[in-house]
Amino acid sequence: MIALLLRDLKLAFRAGGGFGLGLAFFLIVTVMVPFSVGPQSELLARIAPGVLWLGALLACLLSLDRLLALDWEDGSLDLLATAPLPLESTVSIKALAHWITTGLPLVMAAPVLGVLLNLPVQGFQWLVVSLLLGTPALSVIGTFGAALTVGLKRGGLLMSLLVMPLYVPTLIFGSEVARRGAEGMAVQTPLLLLAGISAASIALLPFASAAVLRVNLR
Amino acid sequence: MTLTVTDLSVARGGIPVLEGLSFALAPGRALILRGPNGIGKTTLLRTVAGLQPPLTGQVEGAEDQIAYAAHSDGLKPTLTVAENLIFWASVFGRNGIEQALDGFDLQALRDRQAGALSAGQKRRLGLSRMLVTGRPVWIMDEPTVSLDKTSVAMFADAVRAHLGQGGSALIATHIDLGLEADVLEVGPYKAKPPEIDDFDGGFL
Amino acid sequence: MSIWEYANPKKFLATTEKVMPALWVSSAVLISVGLVWGFFFTPDDYRQGSTVKIIFLHVPSALMAINAWFMMLVTSLVWVIRRHHVSALAARAAAPVGVVMTVIALVTGAIWGQPMWGTWWAWDPRLTSFLVLFLFYLGYIALWEAIDNPDTAADLTSILCLVGSVFAVLSRYAVNFWNQGLHQGASLSLDEKENVADAFSNPLYVCMAGFVLLFIALVFYRTGTEIRARRIKALMARERLEA
Repeated sequence: MIALLLRDLKLAFRAGGGFGLGLAFFLIVTVMVPFSVGPQSELLARIAPGVLWLGALLACLLSLDRLLALDWEDGSLDLLATAPLPLESTVSIKALAHWITTGLPLVMAAPVLGVLLNLPVQGFQWLVVSLLLGTPALSVIGTFGAALTVGLKRGGLLMSLLVMPLYVPTLIFGSEVARRGAEGMAVQTPLLLLAGISAASIALLPFASAAVLRVNLR
Repeated sequence: MTLTVTDLSVARGGIPVLEGLSFALAPGRALILRGPNGIGKTTLLRTVAGLQPPLTGQVEGAEDQIAYAAHSDGLKPTLTVAENLIFWASVFGRNGIEQALDGFDLQALRDRQAGALSAGQKRRLGLSRMLVTGRPVWIMDEPTVSLDKTSVAMFADAVRAHLGQGGSALIATHIDLGLEADVLEVGPYKAKPPEIDDFDGGFL
Repeated sequence: MSIWEYANPKKFLATTEKVMPALWVSSAVLISVGLVWGFFFTPDDYRQGSTVKIIFLHVPSALMAINAWFMMLVTSLVWVIRRHHVSALAARAAAPVGVVMTVIALVTGAIWGQPMWGTWWAWDPRLTSFLVLFLFYLGYIALWEAIDNPDTAADLTSILCLVGSVFAVLSRYAVNFWNQGLHQGASLSLDEKENVADAFSNPLYVCMAGFVLLFIALVFYRTGTEIRARRIKALMARERLEA
């Protein structure tokens, strides 16, 4: 399992692996927002938590179509399916690798972008916490979407259509935590619900992803 | 461990292609599958490898015993030859790739990125992967595609050595590998279309 | 004689063809009676005036929008567990009907909302969850359309339906977080005292029954079409096999 994780990380960091693309996308989306809504700092401060969450979500989505498709094309998935590792673990590891290469950098970059959007001081802490708790769910749910569309040519657009509705609860609770944090309100309830969604997704969705992958491999 | 296939029918895209296949593959033996293109050799191999469920019949002795080599080699172009092999070795819980590198004359290429290899060299690397898995039953689909004569001989030697150690091999190929092997012509097992009147009337 | 006999496509087609005329006629009669009764023979609401009468389209279509998804969930489960092709095809057939019902519910809701709330659309929990349901339908249909192999498509869409249902319910509760919303409470429910007035409820029940029958008729009809399309595909594949 560790070998698979290390390989995926190594592939991401090597040339052409796409590491940093998600991060750059996150940066550019955030920078585009003031261009579209205007530079008033109160307005930006108010929408900052939501914009940052949406940007992180889109950056996650963008990097999903490489998650399994590359392994599918070069036959690695066939070989992994006949390896001693259960497919459930394989997809979990893949999701973890995706989170480390995409989710974690987003969490770390978010405060910097928060400065650009005038996020109130008390909001930074909860923005980071909410992204830290929420991005694993984004990766795991995204892996399910990637597994659904892995055999399809030009599956990327379809995958967005399938994954986005599944992201709704995570997005609502995540940005609610960030928003309430920024406004100095109590965050406990949405925070617990967000953590619950992440935990349940991580625990259960790999089974669905593996089942879907088995169907696609046959 | 003997690989036993009993009364197997396989389907591709929901349509039966081969039916009534039975064979046994004992340790130390090789079985060559032959048949025209599109008859369903790949489907049969994928079914035996457990990648797709059989329509009817059983495959015994395959689980956690087989190493599968398909048309594509599962190589990552940005990893070196050695890194690719080490990865597959550790997925199968083993280490030591020297024997595999030696067996397919890849020592000189070990630090080259797999993306920079020629088609034949990639294929050799893909085949050497079989050696690092440590699995006794090799299932191979057209293993000699894009190999030159020397490499084919190299491959045949590797299979022979594998059989000598008590392994077995199930190979779909059109060329003569010069192996002591049984040959199974799959043409006669071509599936007849099912009766229109059965339960799912005319669906399959 | 068990219900599973109807999982045989031939038996299914033969049986549905027999009941189809009755279904079409009764749903048409019920919907016409319900709508005419509702539109012309009920009093205007003292607060909402005659705009309230859109309820006779809005509530039944909203009901069927949700129940269509529920039916797809059940038939998907049947496919996953018992692998009856007709079940998978019925799920496929129901999805576009569900979408249309969802759109009717959303559009009539907007038309009703404009005079009542002064806005066509509000991000109210009920409205939002219907919109999310609409997105789920779109994804489900798109996945069916994208995959060639019918068995693979059936398997994948079934699992999507199961996972999607869980997330749809989660979304329903997640959107409650924003506010309590503009939308009135459930129009009809068993445990509430304050239902719609009796004068409205009777024609509403008739309309709902009509919509249920219409839905069944449409799903039977479309499933029959799917079965025939599937059979044509199978026969063509068979021809290739024999050639």
